[in-house]
Amino acid sequence: MSDLISIIVANYNYWIYITLMMIGLYAMIAKNNLVKKIVGMNIFQTAIILFYVSIGVKKGATIPILQHGHGHGAHTVVHAVDYVNPLPHVLMLTAIVVGVATLGVALALAIRVYDRYNTLEEDELLAQIREK
Amino acid sequence: MSHNYPALIVVVPLLSALVISVAGWVNKRLCFPIAFAALAVAAYSSVGLLFRVLDEGVIVYKLGGWDPPMGIAYYVDHLNGLVLTVVSVVALLNLIASKKSIEEEFPEKTGPFYTLYILMVTGLLGIVVTGDAFNLYVLLEIAALTGYGLLAMGEERAPLASLNYLYMGTIGACFYLLGVGYLYIVTGSLNMVDIAGILPSLYQSKAVLAAFIICMVGVWLKMAFFPLHAWLPNAYTYAPSAASSLIAPLVTKVMIYVMIRLILTVFTPEFSFNVLAVSDAIVWLAVIAVVMGAILALAERNNLKKMLTYIIVAEVGYMVGGAWLGNRTGMTGAILHIVNDALMTLCVFLVVGNIVYKVKGAGFDDLKGLFRKMPFTMGAFVVGAISMIGVPPTCGFFSKWYLISGAIQAGHYGFMVALLFSSLVNVVLFFRVFEICYYEPFSDHHGHGHDHHPEPMDEAPLSMLVPLYVVGAILVLVGLYTGDIVDQIIQFAIPKGLV
Repeated sequence: MSDLISIIVANYNYWIYITLMMIGLYAMIAKNNLVKKIVGMNIFQTAIILFYVSIGVKKGATIPILQHGHGHGAHTVVHAVDYVNPLPHVLMLTAIVVGVATLGVALALAIRVYDRYNTLEEDELLAQIREK
Repeated sequence: MSHNYPALIVVVPLLSALVISVAGWVNKRLCFPIAFAALAVAAYSSVGLLFRVLDEGVIVYKLGGWDPPMGIAYYVDHLNGLVLTVVSVVALLNLIASKKSIEEEFPEKTGPFYTLYILMVTGLLGIVVTGDAFNLYVLLEIAALTGYGLLAMGEERAPLASLNYLYMGTIGACFYLLGVGYLYIVTGSLNMVDIAGILPSLYQSKAVLAAFIICMVGVWLKMAFFPLHAWLPNAYTYAPSAASSLIAPLVTKVMIYVMIRLILTVFTPEFSFNVLAVSDAIVWLAVIAVVMGAILALAERNNLKKMLTYIIVAEVGYMVGGAWLGNRTGMTGAILHIVNDALMTLCVFLVVGNIVYKVKGAGFDDLKGLFRKMPFTMGAFVVGAISMIGVPPTCGFFSKWYLISGAIQAGHYGFMVALLFSSLVNVVLFFRVFEICYYEPFSDHHGHGHDHHPEPMDEAPLSMLVPLYVVGAILVLVGLYTGDIVDQIIQFAIPKGLV
């Protein structure tokens, strides 16, 4: 039991991201309202962003900005261990932009759907489609 | 100039998309020439690149001069040289063919349409040319987001179908991103070749296994591999014909390319086929995909376009199965089928575009008497159909031949039977359409269906027919030169380790 707890505690970032991801996936599968599905989709994407951000972090490390990077200190040795890994964070800037764009397109499509059917509830939409 | 081809392929269409969106405000007639010029440059560069690869071997293009593991590099080898050529040529031909229908379907929105069209092609070309796993994700989303926009421009159910595609597509892309994250954790690299170099010592790692499974599921979602195909038929059916004849031939095929790239370059055949004992199970999944695609197509009795979308689902099964047979012949068949299926699908979807342009519908009821009304369009349809069935002079036969011999070589008779079954179903499907088009009289929308006077010919305009016939000719030419394509290009696209 204590082993299990220590496994969970040691890798808590993975547990959080998986939990968030599953919440998002659940919303996309189980929710009836299209906008709620879109929110679920966004939670899903955010979970992955959190995952990436968390893997760049190191214990006792600081932000990856070199003090005295220019001038006199330019030739001092830099220990990578002292700095968090900036690459996953930079990648996530792009992924956030992608996520925002996806959200925008999804909401725009939801507006078009609403204009046409006057509802965003999936069962009502399907009923209307079946009637035709 | 020629050493910048890899960058030109992506940069020229990207910038032209911006120019088109501005030009659309000034004068709508400017949009088409700019789009045409951009795609012509992309097609010219891709063909030039393919010939350079044939001469010199793999080309590495370092963007901004940064060296590979740090900077983003574009790798062009025989595999993506071939796929690049197919993507750019298909996009160019479809652009020419669909000019008239775009002008008719969205007279107000030609500017936005061409912008999305060119951006989508940018995304697809970028996916194919890039050698960086994260870069691939970004370009994947560019292609996907523009695709949702294009598909949603259709009528009636299009926005809803497109929204459903968006849900599935986003999950697929996110899974791919997650898989790349796991690869990054264990290797510390995003460059495909670099990852492949680091991985061999980590083959037993659970994280690599997780990365592999997650990436594969993501890519399968994007390519509509059978149990994950639900978004495809509606999204493609209700889309405007110019968009569906761009997206249907290319998106699924480019995703197959991504899968093959992951198998061959990132994870290496050694890991994919030997360390993991999953290839047999995946081929069985492909068998189910082929059979179910065929059955679903057979069950569709209302709409020609929807029937064709189910055939795409079956064809995806062909290529996934061929790639996972784990031998050289099967892989050759899968790569050749990327080329052939893109062209065949373009051919039949252009025909549907012509029919929709003239008859305003692609339901089976609209097809009656079409051989008399549109003989040239239907002639091209026959070429596309016999290629899909797999009749020898056309290219569809040869890739199927490779796939079937690969299946026999691997001793996987289930896949062989599924391929033959699907070909037979295609015979039934297409001859059912021929029968409706040939024997049943043209339905008179004004009431009396009894007068049998010969229907006057009402053919699609020449600008739609010429590209269609070019595609038809390419189908036969690719079939005749299959031997050369395999010996000169595909043979070098597959690593030597795979026998």
